Amino acid sequence: MKKILFLSLALSLAVFGAEALSGEVQKQPLNISAIIMFLVFVAGTLGITYWAAKRTKTAKDFYTAGGGITGFQNGLAIAGDYMSAASFLGISALVYGAGFDGLIYSIGFLVGWPLILFLVSERLRNLGKYTFADVVAYRLQQIPIRTLAAAGSITTVIIYLIAQMVGAGKLIQLLFGLPYSWAVIIVGTLMVLYVTFGGMLATTWVQIIKAVLLLAGASFIALAVLMQFNFSFEGLFANAVSIHPKHDAIMSPGGLVPDAFSAISLGLGLMLGTAGLPHILMRFFTVADAKEARKSVFVATGFIGYFYILTFIIGFGAIVMVLNNPQYLDVAKQAAEGGAPILGGNNMAAIHLSHAVGGNFFLGFISAVAFATILAVVSGLTLAGASAISHDLYANVFMRGKIDEANEMRISKIATIALGVIAIFLGIVFEKQNIAFMVGLAFAIAASANFPVLFLAMFWKKLTTRGAVIGGALGLTTAIVLVILSPIVWVDVFKNAEAIFPSKYPALISVTVAFAAIWFFSITDKSETAAEEIEAFDAQNIRSQTGIGAEGASSH
Amino acid sequence: MKQDMVKQILSNPKYQELVSKRSKFAWTLSIVILVVYYAFVLVIAFDPALLGAKIGDGVISVGIPVGMGIIVLSFILTGVYVRRANSEFEALTQDIKNSLK
Repeated sequence: MKKILFLSLALSLAVFGAEALSGEVQKQPLNISAIIMFLVFVAGTLGITYWAAKRTKTAKDFYTAGGGITGFQNGLAIAGDYMSAASFLGISALVYGAGFDGLIYSIGFLVGWPLILFLVSERLRNLGKYTFADVVAYRLQQIPIRTLAAAGSITTVIIYLIAQMVGAGKLIQLLFGLPYSWAVIIVGTLMVLYVTFGGMLATTWVQIIKAVLLLAGASFIALAVLMQFNFSFEGLFANAVSIHPKHDAIMSPGGLVPDAFSAISLGLGLMLGTAGLPHILMRFFTVADAKEARKSVFVATGFIGYFYILTFIIGFGAIVMVLNNPQYLDVAKQAAEGGAPILGGNNMAAIHLSHAVGGNFFLGFISAVAFATILAVVSGLTLAGASAISHDLYANVFMRGKIDEANEMRISKIATIALGVIAIFLGIVFEKQNIAFMVGLAFAIAASANFPVLFLAMFWKKLTTRGAVIGGALGLTTAIVLVILSPIVWVDVFKNAEAIFPSKYPALISVTVAFAAIWFFSITDKSETAAEEIEAFDAQNIRSQTGIGAEGASSH
Repeated sequence: MKQDMVKQILSNPKYQELVSKRSKFAWTLSIVILVVYYAFVLVIAFDPALLGAKIGDGVISVGIPVGMGIIVLSFILTGVYVRRANSEFEALTQDIKNSLK
């Protein structure tokens, strides 16, 4: 019965999708090779989902792929989760527009990883089962902690999802000529299929395949660019400097980080936010033990670092081959605003470059890869959100831990479908909104609500439930309030003249508030439960250090 | 975990060795990457021209190899940690587990 349902869903989607694709008026001429590659990718990943569905029988399978993912596979999947369309297109766009500033962002995103390895990954794997809330709630009271952690997770996930869905809709509209809402519905439907039927196993393999395709495609572009200059970086940069309107200024830091506060705050937000993203943290439970967890971070750091080097080269390649190239010039926009705007905006720089180095076929490939990238990331986000709802909220808060596996799995699938519907709805609602602040907000919340509580739960003996709940909640609220009062929302979205909170980067304040509040409300907690929690730290610490008593992998 | 097992492990010299060696190592490496990264970030905030200075008479600025260097350093540091953790610390952990049998 399940087989028939699945197949008919998949088939109707393919037919439905093909119908919608063929008959629309487009912004771009119909790109046949792109559409074919997109359909091939969709067919392939639905096939993987079907294979994964047969292997996903228990809750452990659903949430962690049975714990049988190897360190290398997980590293590649984590890298895939991290190398989103936003980083591929967004960072290349930043390098294209401002040169060196793009590298500052990349480095900020990367340096969180060594810290995750040294301080978080093995302890997380030793202490937790399915979600990071397992780790935080280990010796503390389940109900308040799970509620807080789930709130932090779900908030981060939904905000991140909106940003991804809107980005996906716009990108697909531009690349395939689909109407925006169709694009959002297709992305939402596919992601629900992957997660509901294939769980973490399907999500992981979709992520791995997309990572390989993206790295291969980006490497090809970078190589093609360098070959133009006989592999001389000096040649590439000299050419870029002469073409770019800012000339030499692109070789040094520009206005991205205008002062010390912004510099430190941005850095802190990126570093700690990475260690607080629920869909990233979830990946650490898919490996067999702490040893494999460490290997995953090593592999992920390598691939992500390599990827950021590539996006740097790609940005400069775009300056040389796309800027001022009449083929990619947006003539209408130029007439209205001057300058040399490219079709689709700066975010399309990497896409146009792929056309410049590899023609229509390669453009099709990269477009399909960009679409794959979005799909993989939203699937991971949805799974993280669904697990927070079913494992943290439903199983541990609502049902007080008394739930059988089959029920928990059913709730997870319902939660996934619900999240998919919400994501599609919000994606459509936010179409015209300026959502650029959303990824930054997601990172700020992850850094201020999720990370401090997780970190102190693992390292600090005197942490109590009261401290964690009040401190975590304060961190979450501060981050949200400061972002709303900052230029990126108060001025850009609400159209006020001046922002109440002058900086775009609230992390330094919200993270400090979180740590200070957690500390204060923990040490002033003299209740009996607090004493028990402090007492229980030693046993927790032993498990986090050695893995004695930790969740193992499934037998199959 | 039962209280007597907790006491037994806590008093095991191998456990104390594992915890102190790993703490020192992890925090040392963390401080290295934090200092390197925040030095980079503060130079950008206070003296960006330092990173914009040219190397030789070409167009490439100091900032580019510095930036690339930080990326490579991050990767190397993770490798350093994993190599020691997956050999020495894993061996210590195994000793501790064996002593419980």
